[in-house]
Amino acid sequence: MCLAIPVRVAELRDDDTAIVDLDGIRKEISLALVDDVRVGDYVILHVGYALARLDADEAERTLALFAAAAREAA
Amino acid sequence: MKYIDEFRDGDLALGIAAAIAAEADPARTYHLMEFCGGHTHAISRYGVTDLLPPAVRMVHGPGCPVCVLPIGRIDLAIRLALDKQAIVATYGDCLRVPASDNLSLLKAKARGGDVRMVYSPADALKIAAAHSEREVVFLAIGFETTTPPTALVIREAARTGATNFSVLCNHVLTPAAITNILESPEVRRLGTLALDGFIGPAHVSTVIGSRPYEFFAEEYAKPVVIAGFEPLDVMQAILMLVRQINDGRAEVENEFTRAVTRDGNLKAQALVSDVFELRRSFEWRGLGMVPYSALRIREAYGVFDAERRFGLETRSVADNKACECGAILRGVKHPRDCKVFGTVCTPENPIGSCMVSSEGACAAYYSYGRFREIPVVPAGAAA
Repeated sequence: MCLAIPVRVAELRDDDTAIVDLDGIRKEISLALVDDVRVGDYVILHVGYALARLDADEAERTLALFAAAAREAA
Repeated sequence: MKYIDEFRDGDLALGIAAAIAAEADPARTYHLMEFCGGHTHAISRYGVTDLLPPAVRMVHGPGCPVCVLPIGRIDLAIRLALDKQAIVATYGDCLRVPASDNLSLLKAKARGGDVRMVYSPADALKIAAAHSEREVVFLAIGFETTTPPTALVIREAARTGATNFSVLCNHVLTPAAITNILESPEVRRLGTLALDGFIGPAHVSTVIGSRPYEFFAEEYAKPVVIAGFEPLDVMQAILMLVRQINDGRAEVENEFTRAVTRDGNLKAQALVSDVFELRRSFEWRGLGMVPYSALRIREAYGVFDAERRFGLETRSVADNKACECGAILRGVKHPRDCKVFGTVCTPENPIGSCMVSSEGACAAYYSYGRFREIPVVPAGAAA
């Protein structure tokens, strides 16, 4: 139910909407719940609405944490 | 796909698993509840349980909106479709939930009810615009993720002056449910549930932020780690919980920093509070009546409230006697403890709601885990 997926914003449209790209599938979604979205940003898409913008730096940091935990254990 | 594949890397998963095994104290047990159905699904689908040491036990929580929606509320939607000839639009997950009289919304459709599956609440409003002569009711369910889109659609209906559109609101709140699990009297009746920590919601937290969980960490001295829905997110959160428990800490930590902040999505929160207000009490399947755990539509938007519009009264309907959904939703029982699991109750023919949604504990266990405990016997050795 709370299923939501990260999608790339491909095009900004009027009325707080955008075209997103999901591995080649293009779809119109609403940006009414988020501010300052730019083309190329990734957003979390849920029932046709972007809920949040993904922070690329934080994603890198989390991946680095995974790698660090794995390294420590090895 | 970006932000998905790299969070499912098998080698990294083994590395994190080794870290968990190294740090978990084999002399004690770590009972960790994943509140969300999304986490339950990820844990089952990716076999996360198989990567954990015996000391770490995952307990499934009630965070599946389809699973906790009481029969009486589905009955209301079915009656609107069959008796009032309304078009009932809802998310696909809701269609197969078993209701009274051996009906579900899908079976009501087979009996001639106009029930339609929609991807988005905006689609329900479009149906209303296309059928101005019919009443169109959107059966809204979901936690804090799904509530802001419903709020937007109700505001849009008000803006466009829609006269044939209403919402049957079943939006529920995560923090109230977690509190209920920790302190309700039923926990004692159904058995003691020893919980050492929580994996906090992913997408719900993008909306409400991490702040609401600070209360649990403090009040109940239980650590909470908010985690994304990918398998590595879940494993990292387990490692963070094990560390907190080992250190005797009970804090709110955020593993899902790429999408969750402490304050959450303030714009969405403002919209939700403009359109909705707290219900004094709401029935949850499995948890019973939970105080201040759900939302209703405010008076200002009352014309779009299906309960007001049709004068609906919710009846409380008991679950099937053989069904253990109640105890399973609380984490007190496991799907394998239920007599009808996998025999009478299957995803094709669900008796209880935990078997309906793929995020339900029973459906997840049925799809991914149920053969795991059967010992593998080499051919020829059986005789």
